[in-house]
Amino acid sequence: MSGFFSKERITASNGYNRWLIPPAALAVHLCIGQAYAFSVFNEPMTRILGIKESVPDDWKLTTLGWIYSLAIVFLGLSAAFGGKWLEKVGPRRTMFTAACCFGGGFILSAIGIQTHQIWLLYLGYGVLGGCGLGLGYVSPVSTLIKWFPDRRGMATGMAIMGFGGGAMIGAPLGVTLMKYFQTDTSVGVAETFVVMGTVYFISMVIGSLAIRIPAPDWKPAGWTPPAESRKMVTKRHVHIDQALKTPQFYLLWLILCLNVTAGIGILGQASVMIQEMFKGGISPEAAAGFVGLLSLFNMGGRFVWSSASDYLGRQNTYFVFFALGTFLYSMLPTFSGEGNIVLFICAAAVILSMYGGGFATIPAYLADIFGTKFVGGIHGRLLTAWATAGVLGPVLVNYIREYQITHGVAKADAYTTTLYIMAGLLTVGFVCNLLMKEVHERHYMKHDEVDDPLQG
Amino acid sequence: MENSANQKDESHPLLLVLFWAYVLIPLGWGVFQTFKKALALFQ
Repeated sequence: MSGFFSKERITASNGYNRWLIPPAALAVHLCIGQAYAFSVFNEPMTRILGIKESVPDDWKLTTLGWIYSLAIVFLGLSAAFGGKWLEKVGPRRTMFTAACCFGGGFILSAIGIQTHQIWLLYLGYGVLGGCGLGLGYVSPVSTLIKWFPDRRGMATGMAIMGFGGGAMIGAPLGVTLMKYFQTDTSVGVAETFVVMGTVYFISMVIGSLAIRIPAPDWKPAGWTPPAESRKMVTKRHVHIDQALKTPQFYLLWLILCLNVTAGIGILGQASVMIQEMFKGGISPEAAAGFVGLLSLFNMGGRFVWSSASDYLGRQNTYFVFFALGTFLYSMLPTFSGEGNIVLFICAAAVILSMYGGGFATIPAYLADIFGTKFVGGIHGRLLTAWATAGVLGPVLVNYIREYQITHGVAKADAYTTTLYIMAGLLTVGFVCNLLMKEVHERHYMKHDEVDDPLQG
Repeated sequence: MENSANQKDESHPLLLVLFWAYVLIPLGWGVFQTFKKALALFQ
């Protein structure tokens, strides 16, 4: 069995079409992206016993909120700790493990709903599912970078776009299945979890079976590596543990964290924000449409910006994110004050495209700075920035908004300070990006270390 | 790393089309559902 999962077994032979790798990665990312849509189960899960409406023994929303929070925490932890293991065992075993964790998490949660034991949901979707999310997220990234040395940004952008797209499939699929399974004695969530867990497990296993790694000396047909090193693109490698000793790792950590914090600041509050900033001008249905539009730009930005970074360069792409983001965030209160809904929506959509673009471009940035050998593991460790931003962004927006409202600021104006703070965060991100330089000579691996199989 | 241990890979164009369809059809469905929702913003 270990041979079936081994790196040797999945090393592609000559003539293998590299365009089979992105759909293998997408087969995993489209599944785990469902995490973004978990909230569609929250309200029905408050009626598991009462069916039509909540009864006193039913779970509260605050109790259920911990499921998603746990999943995000374990996404960060498993990506950080599982990254090194991924580099050692290869993508197939990691993707298969992710499939077992994510699919198994759904099944365990279904049992938890059936027996009405919340700890099974915490353990199932929260811990087990969260590990599936983290391992699944990082597993195809380094493989894609190795298959597409000429288009690193585009390759990782395709996979990470799948994570954004996964929510667009997961939300309507979950709602449709719950409606189908709903009866007088069940809200249909447990049955939905069983179906979704099974479907996601199968799809992720198909991805793990299809994944291949290129032979060590493989190059795309007709492509020759540039003879001279380009600025900020190394041909050498930094060991995963050594990467943590470089200032570049922490600058990139801040760059990701600040970009994500600013994006989440809008995404998490989009519906309420647009309704309060354009009082009476936006209905709840239109606000839901605004959230949908932002999701489309979030997904599209992942592919478009990361592909553009292959031409612009990674550092320049982040300069665009931070400079344009600062400008647009600063303009949002003005657009709102003038009642200009169209410009407000356009600015928010571009901001969200850069939020997605930031996620999708970071693996290629890491590969440029630290080399390709351990990029999957280093990427996993960098994802702790995402988990941090996931807490920081909403807390910042909610806390400042509440503080202003309690101090007599009108609801329509309560977001102004927050938006200026987000612009400030992006300015700090700009400075971090400005400080990025090539890694110091002493951090690179020596030639014999690179060839040592025990090293990776 | 022994090449003899590699699986035989056949990159038939049909396999490529089918595999891409396998991921793009559900993604297209999801995007369409979201787009329908987003239309409410312009009504």
